[in-house]
Amino acid sequence: MQLALFIIFGALAVLGALNLLFQRHPINSALSLVVVMISLAVLYWSLGAEFLAAAQVIVYSGAIMVFFVFVIMLLNAGEEERTHGSRAAYIVGIPGAGAIFSLLAFVFLSESHALGSSSIGGYLNHVTSNISEISTVLFTKLLLPFEVTSVLILVAILGAVVLARKEQ
Amino acid sequence: MSHLTQFQTFLLLSILKVVVVLVITLTAVAYTVLLERKVLGRIQNRWGPTRTGPFGLLQPLADGIKLFLKEELIPLASEKPLFIIAPIIALACSLISISVVPFGQVTRVDGVDLFQIADLNIGLLVILGITSIGVYGIALSGWSSNNKFALLGSLRATSQMISYELALGLSLVGVVLRAQSLSLRDIVNSQSAHGMRSWNVFGGFQFVAFFIYLMAAYAETNRAPFDLPEAESELVAGYHTEYSSMKFAMFFMAEYANMLTVSCVATLLFLGGPSSPLGHLLPDDFGGPVLAAIFPVLWFVAKVLGFLLLYIWVRGTVPRFRYDQLMSFGWKFLLPVAMANILITSLVLALRG
Repeated sequence: MQLALFIIFGALAVLGALNLLFQRHPINSALSLVVVMISLAVLYWSLGAEFLAAAQVIVYSGAIMVFFVFVIMLLNAGEEERTHGSRAAYIVGIPGAGAIFSLLAFVFLSESHALGSSSIGGYLNHVTSNISEISTVLFTKLLLPFEVTSVLILVAILGAVVLARKEQ
Repeated sequence: MSHLTQFQTFLLLSILKVVVVLVITLTAVAYTVLLERKVLGRIQNRWGPTRTGPFGLLQPLADGIKLFLKEELIPLASEKPLFIIAPIIALACSLISISVVPFGQVTRVDGVDLFQIADLNIGLLVILGITSIGVYGIALSGWSSNNKFALLGSLRATSQMISYELALGLSLVGVVLRAQSLSLRDIVNSQSAHGMRSWNVFGGFQFVAFFIYLMAAYAETNRAPFDLPEAESELVAGYHTEYSSMKFAMFFMAEYANMLTVSCVATLLFLGGPSSPLGHLLPDDFGGPVLAAIFPVLWFVAKVLGFLLLYIWVRGTVPRFRYDQLMSFGWKFLLPVAMANILITSLVLALRG
């Protein structure tokens, strides 16, 4: 059952990502990205990270991508122009991407014991409450990085306000 | 059902539950429209629909047939795929979120809970997430219509929904803190101890959160007094200006289904869901097992109906806000009050336990 979910939504994520690249209108690309994000959320959920899945849907596809779509709608962006790109991208890019993929796959497979693993659907019952575990870790062990990150985001917001403000 | 495996029983009962809940929800949507027209008529000192059937009771049927038979118009310069998919997104999202709502007490038949389609441990977050996806339906409908009124309406709707989503989500935190769970079933159970006295509005001292939730919910469903996205005096009909026939009906149904969902969530989080306001004054197995299973559903329906009537009453009473008033109300009043509510609730909970 969980394997079927994994296959369906994994395929959907890959198809969405390809569609994101091949679509010429920015709004279609943005919507494909939404599909990718929601499929990833389902994959997280089937791995037992239900809080991460919900946060992914609410924050990324519900808030950030809505703003992307919003900006595209406001700017009235036209279709992108097709260019051939540089030759270096063709010569180096495809083997480079293949090499990075192989390297990451090798590392993940050979170090799988050290990284820890999760069986698909193993946590879908109510035995562990992920949310209380996450909040315990977040507010005890990782409190300083967590707070520093929120201050960083606050600084970014203030910077945006300063940049966007009209001169008096 | 002994010759079926457990999985087959689960599958059959789940399909049955989905079909029953969908049929009931869609019927409720149709009759909410009629209720609104009747009550609004009475508020404005007129009759409302009376001609079709006794007291106009067949009006939703007539409306449905009319919308089905109307000609389907799609503007030539519209983005066709998005134009078609937008009402589907809106309606689907508003119907999916009803699936995590518990309608009654836990009543198990062969291990399957009869009164809830899916008991998720993050039910509340699922509802918030699906609502936030529903914004795309409205945003895309306005953009793909290639009409400036529709675009303005959808921009208004999108920014309004994103702004009020914050106040809405923050107002629920106090309830979650009290229940210590995001599962809707647990939240209901945390309020069922002493009837009305342990409901979150009264005994839980979450009335501030309750009023924030109510106001944010009116804005979130684009209803009066926050119905600026479809302000007919400025924007023709807002984001669904170019839609006709069943596509228009889908937006219409989505709006009323959203009203139902929001009322269900308010009932579950603040009014104890299907639990009786009398608490345990009546014995728990009052009237035999079947009646004892049905009474909580009746309480739930009565509370949701109360919220729907409140929606209609507010629409008949309060005039529409101006757009800057709407935004400053959401960001400068509701959001700080919701944050203060979280602080005070968590402080009290920390001091008491």
